[in-house]
Amino acid sequence: MGDAALPADLLRADLAIEYPFNRTTGPVIGAFFTGLRERVLVGIRGADGRVICPPVEYDPVTSAPLTELVKVGDEGTITSWSWVPSPRASQALAEPHALAMIRLDGADTALLHVVAADGPEAVATGARVRAHWADEREGGVTDIAYFELTGEHEGTEA
Amino acid sequence: MTAATSASFQRAPRDVAIVSVAQSRHERAIVDRNEVELIQPVIQQALEQVGVQKGEIDFTCSGSSDYLAGQAFSFVMTLDAVGAWPPIAESHVEMDGAWALYEAWVKIQSGHADTALIYSYGKSSPGDLPHVLSRQLDPYYYQPLWPDAVALAGIQARQMLDAGKITPERMAEIAFVSREAARTNPNAQLQGSAPVAELLAADYLSDPLRRHDCAPISDGGVAVVLAAGDRAKRWADRPAWIRGIDHRIDSHNFGARDLTVAPSAALAAANAGVAFDKVDVAELHAPFTPQHQLLVDALGLGDDVSVNPSGGALAANPMMAAGLIRLGEVANRIMSGEVDRGVAHATSGHLLQQNLVAVLEGA
Repeated sequence: MGDAALPADLLRADLAIEYPFNRTTGPVIGAFFTGLRERVLVGIRGADGRVICPPVEYDPVTSAPLTELVKVGDEGTITSWSWVPSPRASQALAEPHALAMIRLDGADTALLHVVAADGPEAVATGARVRAHWADEREGGVTDIAYFELTGEHEGTEA
Repeated sequence: MTAATSASFQRAPRDVAIVSVAQSRHERAIVDRNEVELIQPVIQQALEQVGVQKGEIDFTCSGSSDYLAGQAFSFVMTLDAVGAWPPIAESHVEMDGAWALYEAWVKIQSGHADTALIYSYGKSSPGDLPHVLSRQLDPYYYQPLWPDAVALAGIQARQMLDAGKITPERMAEIAFVSREAARTNPNAQLQGSAPVAELLAADYLSDPLRRHDCAPISDGGVAVVLAAGDRAKRWADRPAWIRGIDHRIDSHNFGARDLTVAPSAALAAANAGVAFDKVDVAELHAPFTPQHQLLVDALGLGDDVSVNPSGGALAANPMMAAGLIRLGEVANRIMSGEVDRGVAHATSGHLLQQNLVAVLEGA
């Protein structure tokens, strides 16, 4: 049925399916996201003293509530990675890239993020990376647009 | 390992057995049947094999995923395959059917049912499965990156390679052996494999994983009948008694995990009593080749155990069903008299986050 068959004064409204609510991220995840807006990265001290980054509200082993936020660096080391040869539109980088676990300086656990690289030959476990911040930051993990290789490797002098 | 020493195996008060198993033939894309049409004949076969009318089933429990079906409460539609009138006692898990079986087993143990029908199914073909599976992840730190399931598995594979716990050759061998074993599995999607040398010459799908390291994307379903005590003995000549069953979970924050081990699988295996006697056969739910090796180690399976004679998930991996199929494959081998004691494993989530282990015995 074409529009021609409809009266000109028909009322119209767009329909957007949406979930009109927000989640509160709480004192730990919220602190991490707030920090990202300011280009500051924080972890949290776990029950065994290790610094967990990104921070979690409860210890992953003992389930004890955690509260001591600890600032960590925006450089780190790749602890494992895989290559994404054909990124999907929703993923953080349009070009082929690495998906990597990154242990930020000062942290003892790893953060998942993408690493820009020319090819899988350029990436290695132990390679050093640095956060490349998004120009506009909204308080989410994609405030780090991607990590870039510094050209250094853990354990070697720059 | 600490996980194993903290375990406690206790024999359950009621004897419960798998008495019937039926599966679809798993395919890359079943385009001529919707979910109801896919699972209905499978359920019918499972009931007919033991000559049971649906009125004799006290409890029905299913496993499926709205994310695969693309609509909310999709399992309600699939109840048409069972017939929910007159009213039946029914439940559903948004998980692999192995967990639906666990719920039914608990229901029977509690005395609220003597018999149960469990079924699960998944049609992954309408969507982009590795992409859809990223929705299983933590919504704050992981989901916004939309990491696909194959790339995530590659991260685990790399850790195992770096740690010397697997080699590319061993990965290819696992793929080869699994798919060659599937030649005798009429329900398998992939039957037979190119030689190991040819597999290793292929390009990477997601470095360090090649295509052969990954389970196929499958459509399919499975149905199982459970019965307690004398009813099980009436319905089957040789019921596959569930002598131990447990499921455990590791942190969803896998950046804080050592991905080369699966403490939850080891704990579930200890609680299920895997090590208490000789294991004849094991069916492991390992969608990626390194996970196969990781689970063999976590469950402490020796070289004398026949592992994945069905071909495992590497030969057919219908989401939400591939775990329950592992229980079914072990049960079938016990019911046929081929083996006396077997171990079935199911996993849920990425990187072997959650694991269920059951011990089945013929006597």
